[in-house]
Amino acid sequence: MSLVSEGSEFAAHAPRSVAGVRLEPSIASVGDYIALMKPRVMSLVVFTALVGLVMAPGHIHPVIGFTALLCIAVGAGAAGALNMWYDADIDAVMTRTTGRPIPQGRVAPGEALAFGLTLAVFSVAVLGLLVNWLAAALLAFTIFFYVVIYTMWLKRSTPQNIVIGGAAGAFPPMIGWAAATGGVSLEPCLLFLIVFFWTPPHFWALSLNRTDDYARARVPMLPVVAGAEETRRQILLYSIVLVPIGAAPWLLGYANAIYGATALLAGALMVALAWRVRNEGNGEGAHRAAQRLFAFSILYLFVLFAVLLIDRIAGGLMGHLA
Amino acid sequence: MDEKPKGIVLTEEQKRSRRARSIAIAIALAVLVILFYIVTLVKGPAVLNRPM
Repeated sequence: MSLVSEGSEFAAHAPRSVAGVRLEPSIASVGDYIALMKPRVMSLVVFTALVGLVMAPGHIHPVIGFTALLCIAVGAGAAGALNMWYDADIDAVMTRTTGRPIPQGRVAPGEALAFGLTLAVFSVAVLGLLVNWLAAALLAFTIFFYVVIYTMWLKRSTPQNIVIGGAAGAFPPMIGWAAATGGVSLEPCLLFLIVFFWTPPHFWALSLNRTDDYARARVPMLPVVAGAEETRRQILLYSIVLVPIGAAPWLLGYANAIYGATALLAGALMVALAWRVRNEGNGEGAHRAAQRLFAFSILYLFVLFAVLLIDRIAGGLMGHLA
Repeated sequence: MDEKPKGIVLTEEQKRSRRARSIAIAIALAVLVILFYIVTLVKGPAVLNRPM
C-alpha cells in the first residue's frame, strides 16, 4: 500500500513508488537525509540530554559521555525521520512542512522508513553496548513514544496530542542522567517535568497562528477543536503551573539561588506574555503576542537548562580547586 | 544481432547524489569503527562488563 493517494497534492510531487519503494533512481541529497532527522529539534534534545548528563552525580568519561550524546542525537533523528514518513500526507498540505523531503518527492516514503528504522536500531544498540542498557531502554521507549503514541495515535485523534506527546521531548535529560549513573532519581524527573509542562504553551503559541494549516490537514490541534479563546486560557494555565515546576530544582535544594531567581524571573515573564496572549483578542496584535510567547518559550527553556549546566560545571571546578 | 538492453541509465544529477550518499555512508561507518575502537581503549577489559 502506498502513502500516495491519486490526485492528492502529495502525489503531484512524489516519485513513482510502490509500497513506498521508489521505482526510479533517487536524487535525494545528503542534506535531504539530514533534514529528515529534524536537526533543530535534535539540537534541543542534545542540549537537554547534556544537562542531564552533566548534572548527574559521579564522573563519566568524556568519550562515554560523547557516545551517549551521539546516540541520543541519532535516536532523536530516527524518531524525526519516522515521524516524517508517517506524516507525509499531513506535511504535504501544511505551509510550514510542505518543503520537507518526502512531500517534495526527493525522498520516497520507504526510504525514509528504512532510514529511520536503521538509525533507531543502531542508536539504541550502540548506546546499550557502549554506555548502559537502562539509557538504551529509555531511548528506545522515547522513540517508540514519539513515533507510535504521538505520531501514529494521539496527533490525529485528540487535542491533547501535544500534552501527552510532549513526554517524548521530555525524556532526553533523563536518558542523559541514566547514561551517567545507570539509574534514575528525583532530579532528572524534575527536568522531565519542566520540559513536559513547557511543551503545551510553547506548541499552542505556535499553533494559534497556524490554525488554518492544521484545520486543512485535519489535525485536531486545540485551536482547531476548542477555538483560540480556550487555547489562550490553557496556555495561561500551563504557564502558571510551569513557574513552580521551573523553580523546583532550587526549591528542593538541587540548584543554587541564582538558578532559583532565574527560574522565577523567566517564569514570571512567561506568565506575563501568556497573559498578553490571553487578553489581546484577535487580529494582528494577537498574532504578534503569540509569536512573542513562542520565541520567548524557547529562550525560557534554554536559559533554565543553561543556568543548571553552568551551576554544575562551576560547582565541579570549585570543588576541584578546593 | 539484437542490442543488449541498457537498463536504467542514471542522469548526472542522480550520479552526483548517489556518490554523495555513498561518501556519507562511508564516513558514518568509519566514525562507528573509530568510536568502538576508542571506547574499547577507554573501557579496557571492562568493555565486556556493562552495568544495567
